[in-house]
Amino acid sequence: MTTTLERPATTPAKAPRKKFGGVQLMHVYTWLIILWLVLPIFVMILFGFNNPSGRYNQTWQGFTLKWYTQLFALDDLTSALILSLVIAIASSVISAALGTGIGYALGRYRFRGSGSLNLIMFATMSSPELVMGASLLTLFVSLGIGLGPMTITIAHVMFSISFVATVVRARVLTLDRSIEEAAADLGANGWTTFWKVTFPIIVPAVLSGFMLAFALSVDDFVVTNFTAGTSVTFPLWIWGATRVGLPPQVNVMGTLIFAAGILIAVVTNLRSRPKKTAD
Amino acid sequence: MTTSPPHHATSAPTGHGQRAGHPAIEFVGVRKDYLSHGESVPAVKSLDLAIGQGEFFSLLGPSGCGKTTTMRMIAGFEEPTEGKVYLDGQDVTDVAPNKRDVNMVFQSYALFPHLNVLQNVSFGLERKKVSKAEIRRRVGEILEIVSLTGMEKRQPKEMSGGQQQRVALARALVNHPRALLLDEPLGALDLKLRQQMQVELKRIQREVNITFVYVTHDQGEALTMSDRIAVMNGGNIEQLGSPRAIYERPASRFVAGFIGTSNILDGQVSWVENGLGVIDLGSGERVLAPLPATVQAGRNIEVSVRPEKIDLHRTAPHAPGLSVVSGTVSEVVYHGTSTNYTVATTAGSDFVVFDQNAHDAEDVASRGERVFLTWAPQHSYPIGV
Repeated sequence: MTTTLERPATTPAKAPRKKFGGVQLMHVYTWLIILWLVLPIFVMILFGFNNPSGRYNQTWQGFTLKWYTQLFALDDLTSALILSLVIAIASSVISAALGTGIGYALGRYRFRGSGSLNLIMFATMSSPELVMGASLLTLFVSLGIGLGPMTITIAHVMFSISFVATVVRARVLTLDRSIEEAAADLGANGWTTFWKVTFPIIVPAVLSGFMLAFALSVDDFVVTNFTAGTSVTFPLWIWGATRVGLPPQVNVMGTLIFAAGILIAVVTNLRSRPKKTAD
Repeated sequence: MTTSPPHHATSAPTGHGQRAGHPAIEFVGVRKDYLSHGESVPAVKSLDLAIGQGEFFSLLGPSGCGKTTTMRMIAGFEEPTEGKVYLDGQDVTDVAPNKRDVNMVFQSYALFPHLNVLQNVSFGLERKKVSKAEIRRRVGEILEIVSLTGMEKRQPKEMSGGQQQRVALARALVNHPRALLLDEPLGALDLKLRQQMQVELKRIQREVNITFVYVTHDQGEALTMSDRIAVMNGGNIEQLGSPRAIYERPASRFVAGFIGTSNILDGQVSWVENGLGVIDLGSGERVLAPLPATVQAGRNIEVSVRPEKIDLHRTAPHAPGLSVVSGTVSEVVYHGTSTNYTVATTAGSDFVVFDQNAHDAEDVASRGERVFLTWAPQHSYPIGV
């Protein structure tokens, strides 16, 4: 008796549930995730336009563009940013060059020790930065190497090289081996084959490895803190400034770095879009 | 380096090649072992082979027969474990691939994806430091031969499979190599394009007059294009000869089965007279086959008969000079130009018969019917005699 009474009640309830079905729910979920991801960035950008009266840039007090005009007004901050960029460029160029070699070798050849090399690479990527930083500090001190930009760069190369090698190795593994054989068949020696054929084909992987290394280096704090000595990089300066209040220039620099990253992503995406193929 | 090869290897017919006197390619006592899980596995067991100047030569066999390894030893990508490889009489066994005057068309085409057609085709000439003007002339010439004029600026990925294939061909041929090696080059194309390219390849080969070595597992391709075929199986050459010889006179049971369709009969020689042997099938039936007088009576023998040589009758024919075998039709398949019958013979084996649909609008026989198969003595081919 009760079941027959309940039946007409459930049928109309089904219709609105269908209207607000799984697809809509997924849309809402997706947008919530996106919002959650971009909210901190949005706040960073917004507070670059804030006009705080005191030294704390934490409550919205009015719109201004003056931080953009006074971007390099704080000498310490500017030199910290420059040092960070120099170290990032140097360490990512070195890791791209060395990592490409390792990645190519691992992707192309099976050699004695290739298994353990793979293992070491993944170990450096997954080991905690605190451990890596502390052991690098011990190493530099016991070798008597003075801490500074040089040791920071060496440390950054150390942890970025595995990322480059992994990206390049993945590309080389999918590279048709007969393409290199074709180059040899047409009279190219090993050197020419690499520079005329292999490298141009794997260059997107090398570039993304390079950018990954750059991004890892420019915002690294933990390892840098151990190996910096008295040098101050951008992240170290910000860490120091949080105790006395962050100047809005930090937001502006962050905004510009973010904008540059977006620009690079858009440009590479447009360039790598496939052209239409023949019938 | 110019040690002459000992000429005990199978001599090749010499075409109008660049350097008469020497075969274009020669293998002398070549063996190739691969290491697999610590054990050496032979890919090519014992190879003595000479390929003539200007020849269209096919290496034919199932996968794993050693044909690709053989070709890769010519290109220099594999080193023989034993033996010597000669190009134009020159020992190239230890010469690196980039120093060998042969070029290859790869199965996957292996075009350089970042270069356009012009850059792909010029690659080999640039390595040889040929002048810009000469490169332009020769690339233009070869693109015309492969019908790709006007496509110089195209990227490989913008081209169809057939066009990419032609680029690969042009990229190899533009260097005027001593020999062109083709590794199953038509495998990726659809049937119609494949048939077109077979004719094209033959034309191009005549036009450029270069030795072609063609690796394939497709017997039809090998038969239509080649001057000579080496049928390989298990790392050895089973038979070497013209397409006609290989088809009509298979040297082994493997060749008979691999090239086209063969009906194979097992029997015992009853007697031989005037070059004609009578073979007893054990079922009371007898088959006539050409046999040399040296074959002793009582010897066990295999006879191969091609399906298109057989006539099918519904009544017992009065045919004293023909071989006659009876059986029951187990399958009839209509193919348009012909009808294929499968006949379970009294002698034990299944026979396939191709009957041309030249006159009859209806099938000669239907399933379950008792039929008689006849063929002329010269169409019985005794294997291995």
